[in-house]
Amino acid sequence: MYLAELAINGALVGLMYALVALGIVLVFKASGVANLAQGALTMVGAYVVWWLAAGLGAPLWAAMPLALAAMFLFGRGLERVALRRMVGQPVIMIIMLTLGLEILLRGAAPALAGATMKRLDIGIGQQPIFLGDILVNRAYLVGGVVALALIGLSLLFFNSRQGIMLRAVSDDQTASWAAGIRVEQAIGLSWGLAGIAAACAGILWGSVQGVDWTLSLLLIKALAVAILGGLDSIVGVVVAGVAIGVLENVIPGYIDPLVGGGTRDLVASTVILLTILVRPFGLFGREDIERV
Amino acid sequence: MFYRLAGIRHTSYAADRALWPVPVDRWQIGVLLALALAAPFVLPNLYLSSYLLPWIIWSTAALGLNLLMGWAGQIHLGYAAVMAIGAYGTIHLVRAGMPFELAIVAGGLLSAVIGLVFGFAALRVKGLYLAISTLAMQYLVDWIISHVPAISGGSQATLQAPNFRVLGLPVAGDFARYYVALAVCLLVTLFLLNVGRTSFGRALVAVREKDFAAAILGVNTFYFKLLAFWCSSFLGGVSGVLLAFCYYRAVTPEQFNLDVSIQAVAMVIVGGMGSVMGSYLGAALVLLAPIVLNNLVGTLAQAGALPVSQEILSHIPLILYGGLIVAFLLFEPLGLAKVYDNLRNYFLVWPFRHARH
Repeated sequence: MYLAELAINGALVGLMYALVALGIVLVFKASGVANLAQGALTMVGAYVVWWLAAGLGAPLWAAMPLALAAMFLFGRGLERVALRRMVGQPVIMIIMLTLGLEILLRGAAPALAGATMKRLDIGIGQQPIFLGDILVNRAYLVGGVVALALIGLSLLFFNSRQGIMLRAVSDDQTASWAAGIRVEQAIGLSWGLAGIAAACAGILWGSVQGVDWTLSLLLIKALAVAILGGLDSIVGVVVAGVAIGVLENVIPGYIDPLVGGGTRDLVASTVILLTILVRPFGLFGREDIERV
Repeated sequence: MFYRLAGIRHTSYAADRALWPVPVDRWQIGVLLALALAAPFVLPNLYLSSYLLPWIIWSTAALGLNLLMGWAGQIHLGYAAVMAIGAYGTIHLVRAGMPFELAIVAGGLLSAVIGLVFGFAALRVKGLYLAISTLAMQYLVDWIISHVPAISGGSQATLQAPNFRVLGLPVAGDFARYYVALAVCLLVTLFLLNVGRTSFGRALVAVREKDFAAAILGVNTFYFKLLAFWCSSFLGGVSGVLLAFCYYRAVTPEQFNLDVSIQAVAMVIVGGMGSVMGSYLGAALVLLAPIVLNNLVGTLAQAGALPVSQEILSHIPLILYGGLIVAFLLFEPLGLAKVYDNLRNYFLVWPFRHARH
């Protein structure tokens, strides 16, 4: 029973990790760029919602869509201002650029909004839900379900006209250029969608653990999810998210009493290392064969 | 005017291979070296121990990282973890009674070996995967250091660096510590200056430009990537030792967390990848810019001229690291070294701009 409780809550948290990882996967799918700024984007999303709701006094039903729109524009803006200039540069440069953006945002957002933790109440109660004997955290349940729905939506999106365009671009940029697809637009769109994913994740995580800079630490979990699932697979994100969430809850539940705590922080990095050692392209990713 | 020659023309292989082909450069280096040696007697103690000393040590670290990032083209986001391994290893060895000269090498070797273990894992993959696995290494090493009491002495503990002797002389006081750091820094600088002239350096550059092409030319890419990882981790360990013994005189896990890794990467990128002088410039800018800006904004805020809160002040370093990395990658990917190089090239042929070589 203890195990089931840990596993279910873990799986729900994992789905919320998956939502953060979705931003990484969307960008990687479209442009082959590792988006190491997703943690900070999530944090910015949470700050934006908090600012709209608490700072401007907007009601929540208005603040959340506004924040989504703002983050869409912010993501596109990042791509337009920073990433587009780096096309054709070595991959190490682009990784460093996104990491630089992550650090910049991590410093700038708390500096502008204040570093103390903000409470973001989106009207999910505190009291737990009981499924039989199993105690489920209400915030995690709502978060997990919303995350799953959003990831499902993004799967549907890939069947729309815009989505097919994105798929073409992720398959072969030059060929889609030749077919008349505006590749820059598509990559910009993927960053905008990453911004939306970040805003959603920011709202959920902000309501769970409060809004401050520590939200950007979700980056390492999201990276673990994205790597384990395969960097270009949305289904992989869900599976890996659940897997990592469960591992992260179950392993400390049993091992922490033995080694004196703190193993939770270790799970994500261990999963990353093992995945890269055994199967670098992840569970569902496409194996990248480099041709000379 | 300054250089008294228009362009560089070599007439012999020896001239081509010279470290400083232009006489003025040689003079510059001489003057800088003399200044560095004389600094303790000229500078006030505060400047020596809180600006010059960390700059020297961080330049050493940046040089080590630059070998990996600039020459070999591999990314490393866990450099602080490597430095931590060296620092902790050496402190424990010196405490156990090993002479410092041996212990610093042993600490470097320990870093190199552990770095290599991760390198093995990481070098089967490249680019993005390498970045993420070194990031994971940072988290793992951080965790192990702070959670194993035998290493860190407890989770919140600070290990004091013991008193140590170099070549039989006790190293006490800021002067002695400065000279120890300077000596190591000069050795590392000499090594890196010469790397570019060896087959090792040329192989690294070939691997950086395109590893498959290098393999076709007969360069064993895996071996050279590992060797670069090994050397760079060794240098990282040594600079971690300097940081622990000469600057902080103690170690805590927080001195080597992820932010420190990012700081090191920022130094390399801001300074210029693949440039020895760039490492010095980058370390200077990344170390000093937050201090200067903090003081400036703080003074202005106190004078009431600039309405900033304490919160903005405390976040200035992060904003600055991030901003510098982004700005340099976008506008001058080769960093401060390239800026200097442009200036130098301009004056090298001045006033005959058309004769740019």
